[in-house]
Amino acid sequence: MNYEVNEQGFYGDFGGAFIPEMLYHNVNELKENYLQIMESKDFQEEFKDLLKEYVGRPTPLYFAKRLSEKYNTNIFLKREDLNHTGAHKINNTIGQILLAKRMNKKRIIAETGAGQHGVATATVCALMNLECIVYMGEIDIKRQAPNVARMKMLGAEVRPATSGSKTLKDATNEAIRDWIANPVDTYYLIGSVVGPHPYPDMVARFQSIISKEMKSQLQEKTGRDYPDKIIACVGGGSNAAGAFYHYLDNEKVELIAVEADGLGIETDKTAATTQIGTEGIIHGSKTLLMQNSEGQIKEPHSISAGLDYPGVGPLHAHLFKSGRGTFIGSTDKEALTAAYQLTKLEGIIPALESAHALAALDKIEFKPTENVVINLSGRGDKDMETYIKMMDNE
Amino acid sequence: MSRIKKLFKSKKNILNIYVTAGFPNLNDTIEIVQELANSGVDIIEIGMPFSDPLADGPTIQNSSQVAIKNGITLELIFKQIEEIRKTVSIPIVMMGYYNQVLQYGATPFFEKAKAVGVDGFIIPDLPLEIYQENYQTILQNLDLDMIFLITPQTTDERIRLIDSESSGFLYVVSSYAITGSKSDIQQNQLDYFERINKLALKNPTLIGFGISNKKTFDTACKNASGAIIGSAFIKALENSQNIKTTVNEFITDIKN
Repeated sequence: MNYEVNEQGFYGDFGGAFIPEMLYHNVNELKENYLQIMESKDFQEEFKDLLKEYVGRPTPLYFAKRLSEKYNTNIFLKREDLNHTGAHKINNTIGQILLAKRMNKKRIIAETGAGQHGVATATVCALMNLECIVYMGEIDIKRQAPNVARMKMLGAEVRPATSGSKTLKDATNEAIRDWIANPVDTYYLIGSVVGPHPYPDMVARFQSIISKEMKSQLQEKTGRDYPDKIIACVGGGSNAAGAFYHYLDNEKVELIAVEADGLGIETDKTAATTQIGTEGIIHGSKTLLMQNSEGQIKEPHSISAGLDYPGVGPLHAHLFKSGRGTFIGSTDKEALTAAYQLTKLEGIIPALESAHALAALDKIEFKPTENVVINLSGRGDKDMETYIKMMDNE
Repeated sequence: MSRIKKLFKSKKNILNIYVTAGFPNLNDTIEIVQELANSGVDIIEIGMPFSDPLADGPTIQNSSQVAIKNGITLELIFKQIEEIRKTVSIPIVMMGYYNQVLQYGATPFFEKAKAVGVDGFIIPDLPLEIYQENYQTILQNLDLDMIFLITPQTTDERIRLIDSESSGFLYVVSSYAITGSKSDIQQNQLDYFERINKLALKNPTLIGFGISNKKTFDTACKNASGAIIGSAFIKALENSQNIKTTVNEFITDIKN
C-alpha cells in the first residue's frame, strides 16, 4: 500500500482538486512550485532556523511516569503544546509563510476553528510584516475569545463567518471566497491537511517534523526509533498527519486516530467523520464527510472547536479505508475527564483537542512492554473558560 | 442539435437568468420560470441549492439556505422542471455543485435530467479532467451540454482547451469575484473580453458575475453573445409581493 500522494493529488481514492475555475490558476501555481521551493537549500535553512530559534523546537518527548503507571504501559507525550503560540499549528504556518514570501504574495488569509491556526498565522504575519485576515465562525469567536484577542493584538483582522453552522466549515468557505475575489496578491494559508491538492500534502510535510523528531528521541530513550502505538486527535487531521508521517510505511507501528464523538455518534451532535461519514467532496477535496443523501454537508458538533469539522483530510480517509489507521472516538465528556486527569497526574493542562487523544487511553489494550506516543498537540490556556465551567461537574 | 446550440445560431443578445430552485417558497420556481419565459428570457439556469456553495456570494448562499429549509431536493427539482417543460420550450441549464451530483449518482443524474427536459449543466467545481475521463461520453450520447467557466486568470491555452472540450456556451466570469459583487464594468474587463473574442472560439460566450442592470447587460452584449444575471434577480425575488409583477418589471428594466 502506498500512502504518498500521486501526481493528480490523490491518496488512493481520496484527494484531488475539485475547485472552480476561479481558483485554478492559484492552486496550479502552488502545485507547480511548492516542492521545488520547499526542497531548496535557502528555504530549508530559514525554515529550520525559525523552527529552532523562534518556535522552540525540538519539542520534548516526555515520559509520563504517573500516566504510564495508571495504564501499566510506557506513555510518552510529544510536547507540541510547548511550541511558541501553544500548539503544533505554527510548524505549518512558518513553512507556508516562507513559501508565500517566495511567491511574492502580499496578503495572507486563513481560516480558524479553535483559533490556534489563526493565532499561528497572525504570529508569522507579524514576524514577516504581511497583512493578515483570519476568517472565524461567529460561534467560535465567542467560545475562543482569548485567541481572538491574541490575533487582534498581533495585528490580524478577524472576520466572522456568519453563514451555515458558523464554525470552521463556514470560516473555510469564507476564506475560499476571499481567495476567489483576490487571486493575484493573496495567499491562502490553510491550517490543516484539507482542501485541494497540494494543500494536504504540503501541510503534512510541514507537520512531519513531529514524527521526524520522534524517531531520534525514541531511539535515544528506548533504543528503537519507532513506538508500538501513536495516538493523535483528528479534526482535519494535521497534527495526526505530522505524528504519523514518518511511520506510514512502518506497519509495526499502530496509528490510532481519535475523532470527536461530541455527544455520541448515536446522536446527531458529533464530529466523528469516519464513523458516520460517506465519500464526497468538501472544500475541494474528495474525502469522507458528514452529509445527507442529497449531498448537503451536515453541521458537526464537538466541545472542541478545533475538531468541529464535518470532514477529514484525504490522507486520513485513505488510512481509514485501507485499514492502515485505527479510528476511534472520544465524547465531549470523556475528553474533559481525560484533561482533568492529565492535569492532576502530570501537571499539564492539555488543549481540548489533545484531550480527545488522551481519552483514548481508556479504550485501548496496552501491554506493559509497549511504547506509546500521544501527540499532545496543544495546551489548554484557550480552553480555561470551558474547564472552569465544567470543573464542578467532575 | 441541442436547444442551446440552436438558440445561439438563431439569436443575439442572449439573456440568461438564474433562479434558485425552491426559493422564495418551495414551489415558486415553476411560476417564476414560466413568467421569465413569457417575458422573453432566452435561457433559464436553475440553481440546485447546496449547503456550501463556494463560488457564490451572500445573496445566492442565502437563497440556497432558505430553499434547503423549505425542503428542496433534487427529486423535487426534477419534478418541477418536468412541470415547467409542459409550457416552456427555451433551454434549461442546471447549476450546482459536484458533490450533489455524486451523491445522486452521476449517470442517473444526467439521465434523469435529460428525461425531464434539461439541456445542459454548470458544475463549477467539477474539474475539466474529471469530466473528460468520466462524463464527456455520457453527455455527448445524451446530447447534453457541459458548460465551463473561464476567468481573467485563465490562460489563452487553457481557454482553447476548455472551449474544445465543452459545448453549449462558455461562461465568462467577468472579474475576480464571487457572484453578486462589483457593479460596473471596467476597462481591464473590456480588454479581457477582447482577448477572448480574438481567440475565435468554437463556442459562443455569455458574460456572468456583476451583470445586474441594463447598462451592464448592454456592455456584455457588445462583448459577447449575451449575459447571465443571478444575484440581482434573486434580490428582486427576496422583496417580491407578486412573482408575475416582479419578473416583468425586472426583465423590462434590463431589456428596455
